[in-house]
Amino acid sequence: MLTTAYALLFYFATIVLVAGLAWRIYEYATVPAPLKIPTTPAPTTRRGVIFRMGREVVLFESLFKSNKWIWLFGWLFHVALAVVILRHLRYFIEPVWSWVVFVQPFGVYAGFAMVVGLLGLWARRFLVPRVRYISAPSDHLMLALIVAIGLSGLGMKFIARTDIVAVKAFFLGLMRFDVQPLPADPALLVHLTLVALLMIIFPFSKLLHAPGVFFSPSRNQVDNPRERRHLAAWAARMDRQPGE
Amino acid sequence: MADADTIDRPEATDLPDPLEMPKLCPGAMAGSTPYPAKPDHNKALGFPGELVDDWHDRAIDKMGELLGKYRSFRVYLDSCVKCGACTDKCHYFLGSGDPKNMPVARQDLLRKVYRRHFTLAGKYFPKLVGAADLTEDVLDDWYSYFHQCSQCRRCSVFCPYGIDTAEISMAAREILDTVGKGQKYCNEILGKVHKIGNNLGLPEPALEATLEDLEEDIEEETGVPVKLPLNVEGADILLITPSADFFAEPHIDGLIGYAKVFHQAGVSWTLSSYASEAANFAMFIGSYDQMREVALRIRKAALDLGVKRIVVGECGHAWRVAYSFWNTLAGPFDFLDPNYPIPQHICEFTYDLIQKGELTFDKSKNDHMTLTFHDSCNVSRASRMGDMPGGQFEIPRAIIKAVCNNYVDMAPDTIRESTFCCGGGGGLLTDEIMDIRKKGAQPRMRALRQVADENGVTHMAAICAICKTQFTKVMPEFGFDRESIVSVHQLVSNAIVLDPPQDAGAPEEDDEDDVPAAVEMAQESEEAVQAAAEEK
Ligand code: SF4
Ligand code: SF4
Repeated sequence: MLTTAYALLFYFATIVLVAGLAWRIYEYATVPAPLKIPTTPAPTTRRGVIFRMGREVVLFESLFKSNKWIWLFGWLFHVALAVVILRHLRYFIEPVWSWVVFVQPFGVYAGFAMVVGLLGLWARRFLVPRVRYISAPSDHLMLALIVAIGLSGLGMKFIARTDIVAVKAFFLGLMRFDVQPLPADPALLVHLTLVALLMIIFPFSKLLHAPGVFFSPSRNQVDNPRERRHLAAWAARMDRQPGE
Repeated sequence: MADADTIDRPEATDLPDPLEMPKLCPGAMAGSTPYPAKPDHNKALGFPGELVDDWHDRAIDKMGELLGKYRSFRVYLDSCVKCGACTDKCHYFLGSGDPKNMPVARQDLLRKVYRRHFTLAGKYFPKLVGAADLTEDVLDDWYSYFHQCSQCRRCSVFCPYGIDTAEISMAAREILDTVGKGQKYCNEILGKVHKIGNNLGLPEPALEATLEDLEEDIEEETGVPVKLPLNVEGADILLITPSADFFAEPHIDGLIGYAKVFHQAGVSWTLSSYASEAANFAMFIGSYDQMREVALRIRKAALDLGVKRIVVGECGHAWRVAYSFWNTLAGPFDFLDPNYPIPQHICEFTYDLIQKGELTFDKSKNDHMTLTFHDSCNVSRASRMGDMPGGQFEIPRAIIKAVCNNYVDMAPDTIRESTFCCGGGGGLLTDEIMDIRKKGAQPRMRALRQVADENGVTHMAAICAICKTQFTKVMPEFGFDRESIVSVHQLVSNAIVLDPPQDAGAPEEDDEDDVPAAVEMAQESEEAVQAAAEEK
C-alpha cells in the first residue's frame, strides 16, 4: 500500500517535472526575441556567448559583481546541490560508476554546505530590509522545503539510518516498472515526499530560473546587429505589408 | 532641495558615497506622476484617447499578446528568484529610498498581475505567491513607477539571469498606451516627429535659418567657412542627430564640433529636414510599430538624398536604436557603402580620423578645464562602438584625451557598464517630475563631487542629448555650474585646428541672436520650447 502510493507519487512527479519543463522550454524557445538586446559589452561571436553563458551558469558572474554575500550563499548552495545530486546517482544505476563512487564522501560535506548556503539566503530574507520587502510567502516556503529535504537527508545519514539497499531496489524497480517494497522509515518518507513535491512545483515556480537563464536575451545574444539583420517572424510580416 | 525631504543624508558637499544605501521609505515617490497625454496625442499614435471602459480586459489581453511576442518579457517574468541582487542598483532607488524603485519591486508591480492571470499558482494561491488582481490602484502604480524607470539597464548588468527591468517597463508602458493611459511627454513628441520630422517640431525653414546662423557664427569666430548643409542630394554622408543639437546648450557646441570634423575630413555631408531627429521616443513607450515608423523616416531620407553613409550624432538612446535596432526595423541598408559601419557613430568617425592622424589639435584650448566623462546608459549597456566589446567606453575617452590635457575618471563602480543614468532618460525628461529627476541624478552627482573635490575636475563631458539637458537642469541643485556639462565634440571643436580657407573673406554680418530666430519661426509656445529643449 505504502509502496504503491510512493511509486505512483514518483511516477506522477516525474511526469509533471518532465512534461512541465518541456512545455516551458518549448515556450521560451518559440517566443521570438524581436530585437537585439544583449547587455553590453557583450561577445561579438557565438563562441563568446557560450563562454559568457558558461561563466554565468558555473560561476554566477553577474551575481558576483553584484553582491558578494548573495553570491557566496547562492553559489555554495547550488554547487553543493550539484554534488549531492551526483551522490544520489548511486540509487539509480547498477553497477555504480566509479566516479560516482569517488563523489560519495564529498556528497556528505556538500549536504551540510547546501543547508548552510540555504540558511544564509534565508537569513537575508529576514535581516536585510530590502530583501524582506520583496519576499513573498512562497519565497520562504521554497527555502523551507529545500532545507527540510536537506535536513531529512542528513538525518538519515547521521541519526535514523534507513535501509539504503532497499531504497535503491525501490528506485531501480521504478525505473524497470517492477515495483519493490519501500522501507517505512519516517525520515525516508518525509524526505521522499518533499522531493516529489519539489519536482511537482518546479515547472510552476521561480525554479524556472534554471531553464530561464539560457533563454535570457540579454545574456544569450551575440552583439552583431550592424553586421547581421535580426528579424522575428511577426516583424518580418510588417516588412511585407505595403505602404510602410 | 526637494532632495532630502524623507531621507536623512549628508549634504552633497560632504563627499557622500554615490552608492550609499538609503533607508526604505515606502510610498515616498507614489505621487510622482508625469502628465497624462491629451486625447489627441494618444489618438495620433493610434491609441485610445483616454482610459477605455474595458481597460482591465484590454490590459490583460495586451499582456498576453506581449508574452507571445517578446521572449524577454516571457522569460523575465518567470525567472526572478527574488535574490535581491538588483535591489540597490537603481539610481532612482538610491536617490529616493522608495522600495518600489528597487528593480525587482518595480517588475513585481507587473509580475503580480502576470501571476494572477497567467500562472497556475497565481490563479489558485494568489496570496502565497504574491499574485494580485489588476485594480485601478495597481494601474495607477504602474503609471507612476514605470515612469520612474529610465530603462537604463543598470539592473540587468547585476541580475544573475540578466533580467532587464527596462523590458518590463517598456511592456508596461505599451499596455498603458493600449488602454488609453499614455504619457504626455513621449506621445506628444512622437506626434511631432511623424508630422514634422523632429521632436522639437522645428520646420524646415527654421532649421535652415538656424544652420545658416551657425555657419556665420563659426566663420566669424574662426575665419573658416565651415558648412552645415541641409537636404543636399548626392552628399556622401547623412548626419542624423538629436534635434536638441540645433539649439540647446551645450548640444549646439557639439554640432559645431561635428561640422568642423566633417570639414577637416573633407567629406561631403548633409542633414535632412525630413529626418531631422536621431531620437526615437517610441523605444521608451515600448512600441515596435512606432519605433519602426520613426526609423523608416531615416531610411527614406537616406534613399531620397542618395547618400552612401549614415553618421549618428551624440545621443544615447538614439544610438541604441540606431546601432541595435535600425537594421532590424528599417533594414537592410544594402544601398549604403558596406566599407563603413552602418550606421556609424560620430565618435567612431572622429576617432578613425584621429587614428589616421588626419586631425590636428591644439589641446591647450581646453586647458581651462579638467574633464571627466559620463558614460550614457544606453551607449554603455545597449550598444557598442568600434570592433571590440567595450569600444563604447574607450573611444569617447580616447577622443577626449586626444583633445584635452586634463582628464580624470570617476569612481570605477559608477562608470562604464556600471554607469548611472543621468536621471532624465527613458522619457522622464519632463519638468513635472523634476523631483524624481533630481533624486535619480544624485548618484552621478555624488561621484562627480568626489572627483571635483579630490582631483579638481571642473567639467563633465557626455555624448547624449538627454544627459546634457538633464545635467544642465539639475547640476545647480548639487552645487555645480550649469555649464559644467559639455559635449564631447564641443571639446573637439575647441581644440581642432582648421585649415585656413583657400580664398579669404569673412562676411561682416552682425547676427547676434543665434537661437531665437529659429525658435520663433518654430512658433513654439514657451512650454513647447521647454519640452523641446528637453527633447532627446
Ligand atoms: S537580481 Fe534578478 S533574480 Fe535577483 S531579485 Fe533582481 S531581478 Fe530578481
Ligand atoms: S532599468 Fe535603470 S531605471 Fe529601470 S529599474 Fe533598472 S536600474 Fe532602475
